[in-house]
Amino acid sequence: VTRTIAAIAEAGDSALVAAFEERVDPAVNDLAVKLARRLHAARLDGIRDIVPAFHTVTVYFDPLVADRRELRAQLTVPLMSDAAVKPGAHHEILVRYEGEDLGEVARITGLSEQQIVEAHTAGTYRVFMLGFLPGFAYMGTLDPRIAVPRRTAPRTRVPAGAVAIAGQQTGIYPMESPGGWHLIGRTNVRPYDPDRDRPFMFSAGDTVRFAAE
Amino acid sequence: MSFIRVIRPGLQTTVQDAGRWGWQASGVSVAGAMDLCSLRVANALVGNDARAAALEVTLLGPELEFEDDRFVSMTGARFEVSLNGRPVQGPAVAVAAGSRLQFGTRRSGARAYLAIDGGLAVPEVLGSRATHVVSHLGGFAGRALTAGDRLPLGPASGRTASARHVPGLDVSIDPVAGMRGGHGYLRVLPGPHAEWFDSAAIAALAGVRYEVTSQSNRMGYRLEGPAIPWRRDAEVISSGTTIGALQVPRSGQPILLMSDRQTSGGYPIIATVIVADLCVAGQLAPGDSVEFAACTLDEALLAARAQEKSLLAVEREAQS
Repeated sequence: VTRTIAAIAEAGDSALVAAFEERVDPAVNDLAVKLARRLHAARLDGIRDIVPAFHTVTVYFDPLVADRRELRAQLTVPLMSDAAVKPGAHHEILVRYEGEDLGEVARITGLSEQQIVEAHTAGTYRVFMLGFLPGFAYMGTLDPRIAVPRRTAPRTRVPAGAVAIAGQQTGIYPMESPGGWHLIGRTNVRPYDPDRDRPFMFSAGDTVRFAAE
Repeated sequence: MSFIRVIRPGLQTTVQDAGRWGWQASGVSVAGAMDLCSLRVANALVGNDARAAALEVTLLGPELEFEDDRFVSMTGARFEVSLNGRPVQGPAVAVAAGSRLQFGTRRSGARAYLAIDGGLAVPEVLGSRATHVVSHLGGFAGRALTAGDRLPLGPASGRTASARHVPGLDVSIDPVAGMRGGHGYLRVLPGPHAEWFDSAAIAALAGVRYEVTSQSNRMGYRLEGPAIPWRRDAEVISSGTTIGALQVPRSGQPILLMSDRQTSGGYPIIATVIVADLCVAGQLAPGDSVEFAACTLDEALLAARAQEKSLLAVEREAQS
């Protein structure tokens, strides 16, 4: 059992960053998600936002309302890195693997398109964090055989529902936007839908599997 | 319901409020007014709630036609404004049904706030009416205004213009008044990634002028000036971004993150502008210059408290 305490950095007078070990690792991210949940549950005054990322939690607050000392105390509570966490939600996503960049990824990796699909559907991915666009989830970790760098020329228009990969990560574009990841498929799933009860499908700590439609 | 009609949209006129807080963990940018002080004063002057939505006018203002009688206020950047061709004096004016309000020459500052009694009644998205153009969220159809748009207004309070007292504004809540010739002076606190830089680099930030380049918008300002070197050479893992963060890409030319910033970023942040000086930051335009000075957390909180006190005083006075 290891007890882990976050290091705290000031981000101006209205935010604090609690940082764990600086690496992309599900165990480290687990600590960030856990700390964010704890802080939500503490319901401190003056908190505007709590944002878990790969290895950090950024807390945004009203500097005239929040009690910084109390906040620091809450952020530096030791966490058990092996304790049973309430698992995140699990999602199964159906994908039509007919993305425009499938051929290019095959060329770069030396794999067949079928092998790329098999590699992408074999993994259970963790949602490390959301960012870039409303509902965009950074998921990992990709099979290293299909890890390819971003496109050298980003697209000005990537359609909503595009399933893409870059580096050791994969994700779904929630809306039409510019984008530099390689497009390998499409899904009907909408990570963000303002008319749904829960507008956002993914949260940090969730798990995701993809299946070929 | 009554509307205002957009005759000319101006360069970039958007619906903004105090921002869409609480959704950054889902990747939703905060957005909201770039100069929150001027937004709050504008709302106070027409008797609106501080959270009401107003128009943020950027560099080149719009021309608007009103369908009914409304009391309006204009704060922030100074423009010559006319009502049916006659110059408007002062920050607040009564507009009669059928009138046209026209923004003319800009005198100083980058962004003006036009608040209308009753507020702009565009639908709330995730608890806010702020426009985030990049993700097409909120505001009027998720975009800047275009000619022919009709913006819905909330019910007017019915109070008359003559009943309203326009209080004087001190410099802490009227950022444009404190800026000298397009120069912004911003106090910063070091961090959160101070260890990425030599202490000399942080000290060197003071007393140097950076220019706000043309590659600047509501997401952030790309600055040009002395390069800030990294002390270590490795990637920063993406993490939550804050408004006022001075992030330093490998080129060493810093970027000041503003209201429409993405929720996460992977560049080291050398220093962060204090809350009390964000309103000044919001009034900078391409071609302006900016200077940073380190301060302490106590100084930052003192300044934030003084600013809040002044804002509350204006809100109280405007109500009486």
